[in-house]
Amino acid sequence: MTATTIPPVPLSRRVLPLVMLSPAVLVTLAIVFLPMAQAVWMSLHDYVLFRPKSFDFVGLKNFATALKDPVFWISLRHTVLWIAITVPAQMLLGLATALLLNQEFPWRGLARALVIIPWALPSVVIALMWVWIYDANYGVLNEFLLRMDLISTSIPWLANPDTALYAIILTLTWQGFPFFAVMILAGLQAIPRSYYEAAAIDGASKWQQFRNITLPGLAGVLMTATLLRLIWVANSIDVIFVMTGGGPGYSTYTLPLYAFINARTGLDYGYGSALAVCFTLLLLGFVILYLRRAGRNIG
Amino acid sequence: MMVQNRSVVRRILTVDLPVALILLFTLAPYLWMALTSLTQENKLFTDGPSLVGATLENYTRLFRTVGFGSNLLDSFIVAGGTVVFGLALAVPAAYAFSRFRFRGRRLLMLQFLVINMFPLVLLILPLFILMRSFGLVDTYLALIIANSTVAIPFSVWMMTSYIDGIPRSLDEAAMTDGCSRFGALYRVVLPLCTPGIIATGVYIFITAWNEYLYALTLGGRNVKPITVAIQSLIGEYQVEWGLLTAGGIIGAMPATLLFLFVQKRLIAGMTQGAVKG
Repeated sequence: MTATTIPPVPLSRRVLPLVMLSPAVLVTLAIVFLPMAQAVWMSLHDYVLFRPKSFDFVGLKNFATALKDPVFWISLRHTVLWIAITVPAQMLLGLATALLLNQEFPWRGLARALVIIPWALPSVVIALMWVWIYDANYGVLNEFLLRMDLISTSIPWLANPDTALYAIILTLTWQGFPFFAVMILAGLQAIPRSYYEAAAIDGASKWQQFRNITLPGLAGVLMTATLLRLIWVANSIDVIFVMTGGGPGYSTYTLPLYAFINARTGLDYGYGSALAVCFTLLLLGFVILYLRRAGRNIG
Repeated sequence: MMVQNRSVVRRILTVDLPVALILLFTLAPYLWMALTSLTQENKLFTDGPSLVGATLENYTRLFRTVGFGSNLLDSFIVAGGTVVFGLALAVPAAYAFSRFRFRGRRLLMLQFLVINMFPLVLLILPLFILMRSFGLVDTYLALIIANSTVAIPFSVWMMTSYIDGIPRSLDEAAMTDGCSRFGALYRVVLPLCTPGIIATGVYIFITAWNEYLYALTLGGRNVKPITVAIQSLIGEYQVEWGLLTAGGIIGAMPATLLFLFVQKRLIAGMTQGAVKG
C-alpha cells in the first residue's frame, strides 16, 4: 500500500473531489457542527436569555441539577415508553401492511399509493387533525365509541393525564407505519421467488416459509428501518408540542420536549442545552448498542 | 369454475378486506378533516360534519380575514430556497463521492450520515443565538439555512445513490471522446440523473414545507410559514374547527400532491440503500 507500487494519481484528480465536496462539508460544519459544539459549551454555563450579561461557567452544575430534577426523570420515563410502544407498533403494522400489499389483487397500485399519505402530511396538520378527532365534546372518536357502546361517557383523551400520552402514541403510530410498510415491501420484493417454490415443494407450511425465508430475508431492512424510525420518533417533538404542549401537567413531557420548553418559555438556554446534550448522549449510546447488537454497519 | 370462485372469495377475505381496513385507518382521519372543513361552522356543533350543504365558506374566510395567502408565499419561498441551496451543494458532493476514491471518503460520508441523527432540539437553541448575532432572525435566509441542516445531508446520500446507479463507463467514454471532466458531468451525468435530482428536490421541498419547530423559533412575525400560521390559529380561534381544518387541508395540499406525483421514484431511491445493505 505504499505510493511506489501504484502509479501516482494526477494532482487534479486528487484535488477535484475535495473542491467539489468542500462547499457541502464547510456548510455542514458551520450550520451543524459549530452549533452543536456551541450547545455543549452553553450547557456548561449559567445562561438565561433575559439576563444577557451573565454567562458564567458552572461546569457540570446543569447536569447535576438534571439528575435531581423530578421532571427530568418523568420526561425520560415518557421518552422510553414512547419509543418502546411507538416503534414496535409501527413496525408490526407496517409489516402486516407490506405482506398484504405484496399479494396479488386488482387495486394494488392504488392501495400502495394511498397508504403512504400520512407520511407526506405536515406534523402540525397531523396534530391538528387528531386533536379534532380526540375532542372531548365533538370528537369523532368519542362519538364512535359511544355509539358502539364501548364507553358510557365521553373521555377527554388529551386532557386526561392517564390517556394523553397513549393518545399521542396512537397518532405517531398512524403517521409512521407507512414508512415501515414501504421499506419492508421493497425488502420483500428482493427475496427470490424460487426460495418459496423450493420450500413449497419440500412441504413447508406458510408459517414455516414466513419464519425461515421471509423474516431472515427482511432482517437487513428491518434493522435499518427500525434504527431510522427510532431516531426520528425519539427526536420528534412537534406533534406533542402542538397537541398538548406537554400537558396536562407533565403527563406528555419527553426529554427533547422538556429541553425545548425550558429554552423557549423559560429562556434558560444553559439548562435547556444541558438537557438536550443529555438526551443526545443517551440516544447515541442506545444507537451504538443497537448497531453492536445488530452486528452490522449501514452504508 | 367452482374452485376459481372459491379462491376469489378467499382472496377478498384474506387480502382485499384487510387492505381496505388498513386504508380506512390511514385515510379516515384525513377525510374527516376534509369533511369538517366543508361544513359550515355553526352546523358543526349541532349536526356534526356532513356533505349536505357543503360550503367553501371556511376557505374564503381563511384567505380574506386570516390572510393565509402571505403565509403560503412565505412557505414557498423558504421551501424553494432550501431546494436550490441544498441541491447546489449536494449534487457536486454526491458526484465526488460516487466517482472518486480518495483519502477520508468514508469518514466524510459517515459524517453526512451521522448528522441525520442529531436531535433538532440540540441545534435549535444555538442556531437561534447565531442567527440573532447575525441579525438574521425572522428572515427567509434564517429558515433556509436552518432547513438545510436536514436537507444537505439527506440529499448528499440520495444523490450519491442515484449517481452510483449511472454506469461509470458512460462518463469515462465521454472523457475519452474529448470531454473534460466537467463536460462529462454536465453533458452525461447531470441529464441522466435529472429524475433523481427532481425526486431529491421534491423531498427537500416537502420536508421544508412541513417543518415547524425551526419556523416557530427562527421565524414567526415577518416570515410566518403555513405550519406556524395553522398552529397559531389553534390558539386564536379555539373552537372554530371549520376554519382550522380548512387551514390544515390547504397546508397539506402542496406537499401531498407533490408526494403522490414523485412517490415511485422517491421510494425507489430511499429503499435501494436499505435493501442492498
